[in-house]
Amino acid sequence: MINCIYQLISPKIIDVKFQDIDFSKKVLIRPRFMSVCHADLRYYNGKRKREILEKKLPMALIHECCGVVLRDETLNFPQGTNVVMIPNDPPSDLKPGIFENYAENSKFLSSGSDGFMQEFIVLNPDRVVPFNFVEETVFCISELVSVAVHAVNRFINCSHKNREKIAVFGDGSVGFLVSLILKKIIPDAFVILIGKHTEKIRHFSFVDDSFIELHENFKFDHAFECIGNQGSSEAIDKIINHIRPQGTVILMGVSEEKIAVNTRNILEKGLTFIGSSRSGRKDFETAVEFLENEEFRNRVSSILSFEGSVNKINDIHKIFEKSLTIPFKLAFKWNL
Amino acid sequence: MIFAGIVAGGIGARFGGDIPKQFLILEKKPIIVHTIEKFLLCEKFDSICVGIHKNWKSYTEDIFKKFNLNDERLLVTSGGENRNETIMNIINALESKFEKNDDNVLVTHDVVRPFVTLRIIEENIKTALKYGACDTVVRSHDTVVESNKEKTEILNVPNREFVFLGQTPQSFNMKKLSEFYNELTYEEKSNLTDACKIFVIKGESVKLIEGEFSNMKITTVGDYQIAQSLFARHSEKA
Repeated sequence: MINCIYQLISPKIIDVKFQDIDFSKKVLIRPRFMSVCHADLRYYNGKRKREILEKKLPMALIHECCGVVLRDETLNFPQGTNVVMIPNDPPSDLKPGIFENYAENSKFLSSGSDGFMQEFIVLNPDRVVPFNFVEETVFCISELVSVAVHAVNRFINCSHKNREKIAVFGDGSVGFLVSLILKKIIPDAFVILIGKHTEKIRHFSFVDDSFIELHENFKFDHAFECIGNQGSSEAIDKIINHIRPQGTVILMGVSEEKIAVNTRNILEKGLTFIGSSRSGRKDFETAVEFLENEEFRNRVSSILSFEGSVNKINDIHKIFEKSLTIPFKLAFKWNL
Repeated sequence: MIFAGIVAGGIGARFGGDIPKQFLILEKKPIIVHTIEKFLLCEKFDSICVGIHKNWKSYTEDIFKKFNLNDERLLVTSGGENRNETIMNIINALESKFEKNDDNVLVTHDVVRPFVTLRIIEENIKTALKYGACDTVVRSHDTVVESNKEKTEILNVPNREFVFLGQTPQSFNMKKLSEFYNELTYEEKSNLTDACKIFVIKGESVKLIEGEFSNMKITTVGDYQIAQSLFARHSEKA
């Protein structure tokens, strides 16, 4: 069957690729709702390095999506099942102890292979997570929730048990979800948000404290860096200065350029730095379980702005342009 | 009930060759298979009836078997002498099998438009159910001119803002389509190039659905080459 794949050909230019797809022994899904990630925006606006753009484009964007099952020849999902799709495609021979999202030769949809901006998506059944909820719109953000779940679980596995104060640097969507999931998984933790924008910090009503400036004697046990780009350098420096000895730092922000890090103080304090990106099936299952809870879903919905439907290619451009103007996440209905 | 009528009555007179154009191979499958596969994905259809030239009925059934199009909703019936007669044969075939109902809808589609999208099909169904008739169109980028009868001079240059190019699907309340067509005079029938015109002649509103330029009709050798090239574009990265 002919599938339409809406690819970014070069920055701000989208065209349709037609491809005959075979969905025997696979799950055929119609994408329904999507949300835009900064990674998509960087590709769309040509903010990646030229050699990266030349290597990865043309490519369909978007890796945050939920949809509905049209056919499943693997007989795992009844027709009409609402599902979240996992953009990570790991190799079959995963080494023990290695998470699927870090596996060598793992593919990621919308970074190296086509993302979800397609008429139909064909996936193996283990890349599909069902959810039992009629109001499916908010589930498009499951991928980002799962990324936060993955980071928090890695933190729990790797950090020492003194978790009196945990600092989250970054008042964007990742900072929001990491803070929310920290409060959910470790309810006793004292979560402190360090941000830069008063109007965004207002949304973090569930954290225990928040700051824009840090006073000299401010201390915490562990930290999550959720900033990325040039802001990472300043944030990591502050973390190293204010964290207590042997703290764990989870790095989540993507930086296009290499940044300077004060290794002397890392060594002095015996800090542990952990890189955390993307997520795997277990994280998705947890994310979906969390989103099926009304209170959690309502909180997550507060950072999602729904901007109507994409009915033609020109609407895709409108979505990406609009994404630059909203404080958190932009979501939309996919009708193409 | 909601039905699809795939119009495949032609035998390729405009295309040349010894095989109707709907059986030409496009990306390893006959064009007709691509088109039917897309319609079969739409669960709203109670039946999908293909109106094909009687000499090619068995061939079509063989092709469906070969490509595993074994959905029980799929029917094949004989086409008529022209496009509208084929649509009427499709209606007769459906009405002989399913209960007649004032609200039944028929989504008609050219078999040689395999790039139709599910979005276009679903919008057709929704609009035909609500308004009774709709046509899939795209804006005209070129200026359209109307000539005199001798085709030697411009008679009129319509404002391009209000000129659209018709595609398919075209979708109708099935009962009205059948009644209106049977009420037409022989002359009116012989001047019909388009099923929507049946409604227009009768003063009925036909809503517009936005199509896609890629929803092209493969009518000439050039179209076929363009269709093949659509698959070759933006080839996979190494």
